[in-house]
Amino acid sequence: MAVSQLIGASIKRREDPELVTGSGNFVDDSSQTALAYLYVVRSTQAHARIEGIETSRAMEASGVLAIWTGKDLMPEFQSPLPVTTSFVPEKKYPNHYPIAAERVRYVGEPVAVVVATSKSSAEDAAERLDIHYQPLPPVLDIEAALKKDAPVLHDDVGSNIAYDVKRTGGDIEAAFRDADVRITQRIIQQRLIPVAVEGRGVVADYKKFAKTLTVTSSTQIPHFVKIWLGVILGIPESNVRVIAPDVGGGFGSKIRVYPEEILVALASRRLGRPVKWTEDRSENMKATHHGRSQIWDVEIAAKRDGRVLGVRATQYLDLGGYCSQFGTFQAIALLLMQGPYKLAAWDGRGVGVYTNRTPTDAYRGAGRPEATYLIERVMDLVAQEIGMDPVEVRRKNFIPPAEQPFTSLMGLTYDSGDYRVTLDKALQLVDYPKFRRDQAEARKGGKYLGVGFCTYLEICGLGPSVVTTAAAGIAFWGMSVVNLHFTGKATVIIGSSPHGQGHETTFAQIVAEVLGLPLDDIDVVHGDTAVGPMGMDTYGSRSASVDGTAVYLSSVKVREKARKIAAHLLEAAEADIVYEDGKAFVKGTPSKAVTIQEITGAAYQPHRIPPDMEGGMEATTFFNPPNFVWPFGAHIALVEIDGETGATRVVRYVAVDDCGTRINPMVVDGQLHGGIAQGIGQALFEEAVYDENGQLRTGTLVDYMIPTAPDLPSFETAATVTPSPTNPLGVKGIGEAGTIASSVAVINAIVDALSPFGVKDVDMPATPEKIWHLMHRNGGTKR
Amino acid sequence: MRRKVAVTINGAKHEHEVEPRLLLVQYIRELAGLTGTHVGCDTSNCGACTVEVAGHSVKSCTIFAVQADGAEITTIEGLAKGTTLHPLQQAFWDEHGLQCGFCTPGMIMAAKQLLERNPNPTEREIRVGLEGNLCRCTGYHNIVKSIQAAAKVMAPGAERKAPAAVS
Repeated sequence: MAVSQLIGASIKRREDPELVTGSGNFVDDSSQTALAYLYVVRSTQAHARIEGIETSRAMEASGVLAIWTGKDLMPEFQSPLPVTTSFVPEKKYPNHYPIAAERVRYVGEPVAVVVATSKSSAEDAAERLDIHYQPLPPVLDIEAALKKDAPVLHDDVGSNIAYDVKRTGGDIEAAFRDADVRITQRIIQQRLIPVAVEGRGVVADYKKFAKTLTVTSSTQIPHFVKIWLGVILGIPESNVRVIAPDVGGGFGSKIRVYPEEILVALASRRLGRPVKWTEDRSENMKATHHGRSQIWDVEIAAKRDGRVLGVRATQYLDLGGYCSQFGTFQAIALLLMQGPYKLAAWDGRGVGVYTNRTPTDAYRGAGRPEATYLIERVMDLVAQEIGMDPVEVRRKNFIPPAEQPFTSLMGLTYDSGDYRVTLDKALQLVDYPKFRRDQAEARKGGKYLGVGFCTYLEICGLGPSVVTTAAAGIAFWGMSVVNLHFTGKATVIIGSSPHGQGHETTFAQIVAEVLGLPLDDIDVVHGDTAVGPMGMDTYGSRSASVDGTAVYLSSVKVREKARKIAAHLLEAAEADIVYEDGKAFVKGTPSKAVTIQEITGAAYQPHRIPPDMEGGMEATTFFNPPNFVWPFGAHIALVEIDGETGATRVVRYVAVDDCGTRINPMVVDGQLHGGIAQGIGQALFEEAVYDENGQLRTGTLVDYMIPTAPDLPSFETAATVTPSPTNPLGVKGIGEAGTIASSVAVINAIVDALSPFGVKDVDMPATPEKIWHLMHRNGGTKR
Repeated sequence: MRRKVAVTINGAKHEHEVEPRLLLVQYIRELAGLTGTHVGCDTSNCGACTVEVAGHSVKSCTIFAVQADGAEITTIEGLAKGTTLHPLQQAFWDEHGLQCGFCTPGMIMAAKQLLERNPNPTEREIRVGLEGNLCRCTGYHNIVKSIQAAAKVMAPGAERKAPAAVS
């Protein structure tokens, strides 16, 4: 689709005036009469049997309305929490209920709830609970979980291994036979805490006579939450309304149906009054799911001329105490390890294990950062081994554009892209030859500069319904309603549910483009299942390509109906009607036009439309994408390492991304900036650390360091545009690309900077301490 | 034992009997009903609760309501005049300085103090000045640009263009 006035325009976001003036509407901002407050009492033990919970002393505390333990509530659950296929249909997983009754498996697991007239009363009462635990030996990490004599978390699973599966393509034995170079490497994807700046929160209001439930939740997935509240609590789905108000960031951490959503709703039903729960930060750090937490063992087969023939890799994934809703989604990495390269074979194995730590689930990128990290480290390891420029190694292995659409070793079809072009553009922007000269010069003076590349290819736009059902267990699709009111103003209902991405603005741009309506005449509604009962919500960089396309298609349907009515009004043949800028006229006579407003008015007056036509001006679309979309790009990080302290500073960061058509380039760049920062956070700062008892040591923002403003440079972004052939807008996705690319770009740059010390790899987070040790492990001698 | 607190917030007088342990941010949100000031952590790291107390930038989770007794307080709700935005609010809007908007009120309040102390900051000075305010969406890139843009408008002697009204 051609860039026009609206598609491709950096329109300022309509969401912002409320948010910059403090008039936003986040969950914790709601106030209702008779609101009760729920406090979740959480396990202090990583692994233990609950021997008893003594509540009588707590019940006497002032303001207490109710205290319920897991045992009290268990009979109410008609189903456990949902677990999806998520690329591992073979896995074994236990039933996971919103609250533990007999045994706890991670610090932070709910064991009781206290409901009181104020939040402080509930917290005060909770301190009076006597909870008796019989401690069990905890399983603290992946390697401990795999030991033969390890304590078993789930008796019904039988071991700590949830799955052990293969995902292979090509002849890996031949690849290794033909190789001149074989490299082995262990990669650590450390455990991360998502840290949306707004924690989670829930307000539930059950009306006991009407038997209706309204839940307001800081969630990415109101539609999923609606379905599962109904299933788990035995309430007809039509009696459940879920509202996602302004949501203060998600990054995957609000992508699942959470125990607290069920518990707060249940408390409201039991008490017959509205109940509220909001998460403290220290609660968020252990009760909201974590991300990554993987070990990868990698073997590479390559030729001395730079061609990578094959990769063997095992992904060990730490699921935590239970398998979360999309807990195995990260195994998608096994299908994507090939990246933008033409390998002969790969051999992937995935092993998922249970440990006594917070469950893991999707975190920005979900599997694609891991796949990208792997293949982009492979390119650099090969380059270093054979003494070739990492840029050349990439060029040697890129899939040539003439081979697009390209079928990967896993049978996935890449839609479009010339990966050389983004790389060339990024190289120009950094002036690569000059950087190499500066680097050599700086080394003489004891300054260590490094350059790191990432030429990523990712998958988004989930996805063709039949494929995603087979692979992920969910039939994905996009949904929209475009409804023009009598006066020609539009209400647009979308199935996705944003939390900072600016859908209200960008989706209005699509409608305005197609119908020629003024932007201000288009209202975009989301995140309320009473208004839009069906939708697949927001994650996986899917909104623009899937729901955006649905909005486009509904707009086209409305336009085509408008043309029919215009033909009727103008007494002309439909084929002769031209629709332009919100007006319809007979070809050649634009002065006798009818406006979309007039046409819509007519659509609500039956005598003015063709006799065989339904009235109204509304269209609904359920869009089933024919393929995924495949954004790609080249990111280059330039770092400087302090030889004295080992501290890394990202000096420049250049990103050239191709996400197809850009509906709103300002929003696209914003998504990239945030994504890049989050990936740099993983590369340099962030790690969830547990102690030998399974206590989270990084349980506050004092201990868990997300990037601050002085930690980061300004980012330099540029684009190439290869429209996706998968959808009529030509859009791909951009929500996660920055994170997918930046961790490995920064690590590659650090390894490059430290190459005089013979360093070939560094684990994330590359802290000053780790780097200092790498620089001094041979007494500080340089090669 | 409850204690009396009287404060002026955005020009309006508020008086309540409160528990001594009540944090100022809870007072502002729950008793004064001004929910633009947000809570993003419990360790004074995130800065989402930044307000002005007696002319100083304060994380309102770090002091008790009783400590603010008698003070003049400005919150994010006190910056715009009707639908005319403060230059910082306008600049955050113009430069896409926010995504989810949760950290934004604190960010704008911190930036206001920063520019009052240093009307013409360098990029580095802006970044260091924002160290106590966390944002997870923007990578700070457009927040820095917003503050640079606002500094130009707010600089002493700068031609005062009336910010556009909210449309």
